[in-house]
Amino acid sequence: MNMPATKIEVETATPAAAAAPVVALTPKRPPRAETYARMARETAVRVIPPLVVIALLTLVWELVCRRAGSALPPPSRVFKDTKELILDPFFDHGGIDKGLFWHLSASLQRVAFGYSLSAIAGIALGVLVGQSVWAMRGLDPLFQVLRTIPPLAWLPLSLAAFRDGQPSAIFVIFITSIWPIIINTAVGIRNIPQDYRNVAAVVQLNPLEFFSKIMIPAAAPYIFTGLRIGIGLSWLAIVAAEMLIGGVGIGFFIWDAWNSSHISEIILALFYVGIVGFVLDRMIAGLGKFVTRGTAQN
Amino acid sequence: MTAYLKLDHIDKVFTRGAATTEVLKDINLTIEKGEYVSIIGHSGCGKSTLLNIIAGLTTATTGGVLLENREVNSPGPDRAVVFQNHSLLPWLTVYENVKLGVDKVFAKTKSRAERDAWVMHNLNLVQMAHARDKRPSEISGGMKQRVGIARALAMEPKVLLLDEPFGALDALTRAHLQDSVMALHQKLGNTILMITHDVDEAVLLSDRIVMMTNGPSARIGEVLEVPLARPRKRLELATSATYLKCRQRVLEFLYERHRFVEAA
Repeated sequence: MNMPATKIEVETATPAAAAAPVVALTPKRPPRAETYARMARETAVRVIPPLVVIALLTLVWELVCRRAGSALPPPSRVFKDTKELILDPFFDHGGIDKGLFWHLSASLQRVAFGYSLSAIAGIALGVLVGQSVWAMRGLDPLFQVLRTIPPLAWLPLSLAAFRDGQPSAIFVIFITSIWPIIINTAVGIRNIPQDYRNVAAVVQLNPLEFFSKIMIPAAAPYIFTGLRIGIGLSWLAIVAAEMLIGGVGIGFFIWDAWNSSHISEIILALFYVGIVGFVLDRMIAGLGKFVTRGTAQN
Repeated sequence: MTAYLKLDHIDKVFTRGAATTEVLKDINLTIEKGEYVSIIGHSGCGKSTLLNIIAGLTTATTGGVLLENREVNSPGPDRAVVFQNHSLLPWLTVYENVKLGVDKVFAKTKSRAERDAWVMHNLNLVQMAHARDKRPSEISGGMKQRVGIARALAMEPKVLLLDEPFGALDALTRAHLQDSVMALHQKLGNTILMITHDVDEAVLLSDRIVMMTNGPSARIGEVLEVPLARPRKRLELATSATYLKCRQRVLEFLYERHRFVEAA
């Protein structure tokens, strides 16, 4: 329809179009070796600095704790003392005399159970508080007070209520990790753009469809922030709770090592606690990244 | 002619505490089936509020909207909206965004395969079928708006509501999309109500232009018929006397009689 204009464009465009294939005909694909070298460089840039820092810190630790009469063992002693525990994490001599794998897995099971409960309840309550002004007015002050209570302060109360260590520990995890999940979910729901609500209204989604197709995806980045804080807190809480309730678990393992003055075992256990906490955090972060891959941008 | 869409004495008053602001006053308008009507006015004159009332996203304080002689006061797919900022759901692909509405509207009347074909048909109408599996963040602004139009068209609305649909686009993309909308209107014969603040756009696309006075208490100041034959061609119109006269009328209304006064 705009013939005259197009004609002019075509004429001026021709030289450019002719020039383009010339560029395209000389493909500059880097050789494979070069690609690998670049990948290796990139990995090295990320891996070498922390390794250097760890090596330096270990060296300082060794030098400081090496002297006779030092209260804490140097890394070489730690490794010598705990070699059996490191090499065989799967032994089971009955009772609480088990390998570290069993202690960690007992703790992780409690966390998995308590955290799943708090994720479900937290998201549900967060949606309620985010969606309903009256629920927010009624519940928010309560949440703001309850969330400041330290995890261990709940333990005696839950022991009194459940009369057993296992459910008490799970309850402590639940009550510790639920607050950030509730609060972040509620913020996410409240921040759903009006545009999306309008789209849902025009399409006439029913409440259930609105929940699954708009609310959860739109609030997912916030929900996962809450879930990530929650998993960190529950891992913090379980170690402390297990020190008090006893039985099998990494927290109790640390307490038991302290009671029998195996300082090296404490250090090894701390190392494992840190690694597991890090992995848990990364798992939730990775899951969040996967689920929210469309939502985060834009 | 029978009124297809009728705005009947619509007033809108916003109340915040003790303060009340009258945004719209006594809006009366009838639109015929297949007509393309634009509403033009300075920003803040309540034209978006009016569109929201027709869409059912806001309720009128008094008066009402009649579509085929039935009152409408809640949102629904018979008055699908193309939003200014496209409002595609970023976690869904282009195809899924269009399908969201199709699945709801044709849940009972079309089979799964028919719905799939219908989604693709509408994506084809706006030349976006090639991007069916892309997410909104991966396509350009103009493409997003095309998908927004496809989503609205796919619901087979009785009235298609366009809320400044080209406002966020660059001039070239805008012209291209205007041509597309004109072609679609020609082909499908939809009844279209468009909000705009662009005089050329209004004259080029519309059968009638509704000019609104400045708010508060905005009214319909004047309704201008655009007696240009369709299909219209952008370049030919640039020299058409009728086109220029219509344009002149709208400009006079907006810049002489109802100049935009910045709120003091």
